[in-house]
Amino acid sequence: MATKLTVPISEEQIRALKVGDSVTLSGVIFTGRDAAHKYMIDNFVKGPCPDSEKEMYEILKKGLKGSVIYHCGPVVRKREDGKYEFVAAGPTTSIREEPYQADVIGHFGVRAVIGKGGMRDKTLAGCKQHGAVYLHAIGGAATLIAESVKEVVDVHKLDFGVPEAFWEIRVEDFPCVVTMDAHGNSLHDKVRTQSEKKLQELLAAG
Amino acid sequence: MQDITEHLVELVKSTSTDLSPDIEQALATACETEARGSAAQGALKTILENVGMSRGTGRPICQDTGTPIFYVWYPEGQSQRQMREQIIKAVQIATQRAYLRPNAVEALSGKNSGDNTGADFPAIHFDEWENDYLKIGLMLKGGGSENCGCQYSVPSPEFPASRDIKGVRKAVLDAAFKAQGLGCAPGILGVGIGGDRGTSMIKAKEQLFRPLGDSNLDPELDKMEKQLHREINELGIGPMGFGGKNTVLGVKMAQLHRVPASFFVSIAYMCWADRRKIMTIRNGNVTITAP
Repeated sequence: MATKLTVPISEEQIRALKVGDSVTLSGVIFTGRDAAHKYMIDNFVKGPCPDSEKEMYEILKKGLKGSVIYHCGPVVRKREDGKYEFVAAGPTTSIREEPYQADVIGHFGVRAVIGKGGMRDKTLAGCKQHGAVYLHAIGGAATLIAESVKEVVDVHKLDFGVPEAFWEIRVEDFPCVVTMDAHGNSLHDKVRTQSEKKLQELLAAG
Repeated sequence: MQDITEHLVELVKSTSTDLSPDIEQALATACETEARGSAAQGALKTILENVGMSRGTGRPICQDTGTPIFYVWYPEGQSQRQMREQIIKAVQIATQRAYLRPNAVEALSGKNSGDNTGADFPAIHFDEWENDYLKIGLMLKGGGSENCGCQYSVPSPEFPASRDIKGVRKAVLDAAFKAQGLGCAPGILGVGIGGDRGTSMIKAKEQLFRPLGDSNLDPELDKMEKQLHREINELGIGPMGFGGKNTVLGVKMAQLHRVPASFFVSIAYMCWADRRKIMTIRNGNVTITAP
């Protein structure tokens, strides 16, 4: 049975999750990937925040606290009423954000990141320190996941391009699996270790 | 020549939204073999549900519609320039209709052109052939899986392998291990052996057009394809890297002549959303099929 999480998410709820748990997520979250993470580190985490970016800083501080960053570059359609809708919205590969993720989690009080492929030691340590988890969505399941995006609330930094902008979206029952928890456990580390052992066996036999 | 822009838009739509039956069948079989109730089986169930929804709604299977790679085989006398113009126009229309995500960004500035066109984007390979009809293949190659592709120069101090089929096996196993679930496993591996750095990788990618269930005409490669398919699945990386029995759906290999000094093994990783279709236009009749 999946655990239901609704934004804002408390630290206690996050600490209760374990690797392997299924989760359905609801509430307002933000997409953010390569350009977005570099932007947040350069302007806000390292700082000082330039005057031109102060408004965006306020939006992110308010929006990300207790919320979720989704590693996703969607296909969007602009409707006749001028609003956007998500057409396809699966996760992108998260590992590219490894240099930035832990600092972004800590700085903004993010409770979860959603992506695919998992992340490494720095992010895992950041999750443990700040009380956050890594949620794995199903890569490529873009039409299905777009169904759980009920509304595009806003879009920020659209000049980064459609895939790279911050899309502020309201999701309902977004399905994910916890693959890195707030206790230092990672399914990805386990699979890597086991598969490396098997690889060595195969190479020795061949 | 006949204006085929609208047919090309249909080819893009079909490729982006309607997964070929060979891949879908392989995913269904994989789903049955994973442990009941496991994360691996859950992932495959979600994948299969998504494939059906995309086909039904005409929406992209995956939001990363990737680099559109066109392969054009055309009869003598047809204009490459006109075909290129029509392909570019079709890609722009398909982007407006949300069959494709605007994916072309300038390398250094990162500036998105907004319509999927740019320097050598989309990628187009032309080949004049002896037949009297036009055949166009399209592959949509997502970035996450593309990043898992790699090339080995054998042997090297970092990779001491032999210049034979054993060395090839070692390279492919190593590449599959390094990819883990990052390329959206269970994927398909295209392997090019020999050539130069460029031709080797192009040959690897071309292998992804082969029907999943076909056999290699070269008996040695055929044997190794089947062996590697089995051995990579023994690594236990599984769908999405969750752990499980299905890490790849297939391995497809080809060799090409090389200079004596070089021995390249190039690996192109294709995600489970292996989107490729073939369109033929013969006497005005248009058909779009799986490879």
